[in-house]
Amino acid sequence: MNGYNFAYLDEQTKRMIRRSLLKAVAIPGHQIPFGSREMPLPYGWGTGGIQVTAAVLGADDTLKVIDQGADDTTNAVSIRRFFARTAGVATTTHTAEATIIQTRHRIPEEPLREDQIIVYQVPQPEPLSKLEPSRAETKRMHGLSEYGLMHVKLYEDITRYGHVSISYDYPVMVNGRYLMAPSPIPAFDNPKMDMMPALQLFGAGREKRLYAVPPYTKVASLDFDDHPFRTTRAPQVCGLCGSGVSYLDEVVTDDKGGRLFVCSDTDYCETRRAEGHAGTELAA
Amino acid sequence: MAYVAVKGGERAIDNAHRWMADERRGDQAVPEISTAQIAEQLGRSVDRVMAEGSLYDPGLAALAVKQAQGDLIEAAFLLRAYRTTLPRFAATSPVETATMTIARRISAVFKDMPGGQILGPTTDYTHRLLDFALEAGFTPQAAEQAEPDLAAMPRIHDILGHEGLIEADQPSDAEPFDITRQPLAFPASRDARLQSLARGDEGFLLAMGYSTQRGWGGSHPFVGEIRVGEVAVEIEPPELGFAIDIGDLPVTECQMVNQFAGSRTQPPQFTRGYGLVFGHGERKAMAMALVDRALRASELGEEATAPAQNQEFVIYHCDNIEATGFVEHLKLPHYVDFQSELETIRRMRADAEREMAHESQEAAQ
Repeated sequence: MNGYNFAYLDEQTKRMIRRSLLKAVAIPGHQIPFGSREMPLPYGWGTGGIQVTAAVLGADDTLKVIDQGADDTTNAVSIRRFFARTAGVATTTHTAEATIIQTRHRIPEEPLREDQIIVYQVPQPEPLSKLEPSRAETKRMHGLSEYGLMHVKLYEDITRYGHVSISYDYPVMVNGRYLMAPSPIPAFDNPKMDMMPALQLFGAGREKRLYAVPPYTKVASLDFDDHPFRTTRAPQVCGLCGSGVSYLDEVVTDDKGGRLFVCSDTDYCETRRAEGHAGTELAA
Repeated sequence: MAYVAVKGGERAIDNAHRWMADERRGDQAVPEISTAQIAEQLGRSVDRVMAEGSLYDPGLAALAVKQAQGDLIEAAFLLRAYRTTLPRFAATSPVETATMTIARRISAVFKDMPGGQILGPTTDYTHRLLDFALEAGFTPQAAEQAEPDLAAMPRIHDILGHEGLIEADQPSDAEPFDITRQPLAFPASRDARLQSLARGDEGFLLAMGYSTQRGWGGSHPFVGEIRVGEVAVEIEPPELGFAIDIGDLPVTECQMVNQFAGSRTQPPQFTRGYGLVFGHGERKAMAMALVDRALRASELGEEATAPAQNQEFVIYHCDNIEATGFVEHLKLPHYVDFQSELETIRRMRADAEREMAHESQEAAQ
């Protein structure tokens, strides 16, 4: 694009971000403060993810952008266009074809590979933020690995409800050292982070923090021996492709309680349908 | 029933942008407003956008106001997003407000002082009656002009400082913090705080400053001085070795004077809160000065209990570009997380119903 550098940010800024990312990779799960820039998209729309993608993007990369698992949600379209316009890179909706996947709120169903990078948009990088509002204080708690507060929160949930009530942005321990916010992905996606072959990068623009999980790193969702971590998904199968294992969206079809359950990962669903799988909705 | 994709896509975005552009223009029978008209006639809007956008450029700020349909936070955001792409050629020397060309200068703590009280262009003593003459179009009489007073006007601490009654400036050669390049950590230094406040939201700072007056961290403020005028901006290129004037900048400066009871190491003296904004913005400069002083509580050994004295609370939440982004991002789809909440709440309700059924069964037996 005329008048702007490749991938929008100037080279000095990208270098600064890459240096912070190297630090982040070296200390898995640890939040690295960085000189987050003002982006032409609003804070909360993925400015952190966009800066990370801009810093790692090369001219021969193929970019996929998803929001809620879908390539065609408005914000995913907007971010994909942003890079198509400012970097002129190839874009795709197919998980397997992408070298960089920027995501908001989901991890694709298809397992990621060593030659891929997944970039998460993070609204709140501090996993303790709901329990302790002061960043000066949480910084100290991370330094001392003092995570009792979070364990107490989980324990209180179990005594009140019989199970942990956190259903997304479910806190994880990375490499047995740092408590980390996995970003608001459903807890269903948490196990995918564990020992993932792909590099996982996290960007929080407004909060000015980066963090990372290097390939093949242990990521454990917090739990207790007698109350192991469990994932939940709607018990239905996808109405379009018949998958009984994917994460489902619940689409309201009328005002009489009618519901249609479909894969939230649109590429996964489309690929399955192309392979000949059909759910009840398509068969009908 | 067919599956209806409730999703946006490229065409929807393009059409939405076209509709918005059409709405912005309004009725095309009404003449289009020019950015020059905005810069000249809506100066306070332009000043506010430059302050919160933290870029001094009235032309671009006027364009931002026009593009944002007069939404000043959106306009400040446009300006910020532009600012972030600009290269940095040099850092200016600190501006010297003691020698600025004064258009307005008032003190509430002295009846008169060297240089005098200069009322200048102010709405302070206007009666707030809608002026219907303006609606019809109105050509004002030229204001009377006097020769500019070129004598330096001492600032409030220059006047009170001789007796040690007011805290002195703490000169520093340290490289100032840059909030646009470095992430903040807390406790934040005063230079970082002042930068944040200078581009902080006027409404937020006004409310925070107001809260200190109503007892939430009170510090008994007096307006030591407000001055509005133009200050020379100088850079000192290393290859030249001397300062060159690159232009004048209209600013509003507020020195707030506050009581200080003294501490074990310091006798009682007046302390100061400081506010400085681009253009003519007295409300913002005063609110900034009140909040600056409140945030110095810990430094001055005062108990910090009120919201306005809490650095993290004030600094993290005063930026309206960050705030508007994060508040408005709730408009983005969240249905994946909502789905996980639905499943969780269904499970919790099933558990609760089972328990209630069990209890009523036991009661019946």
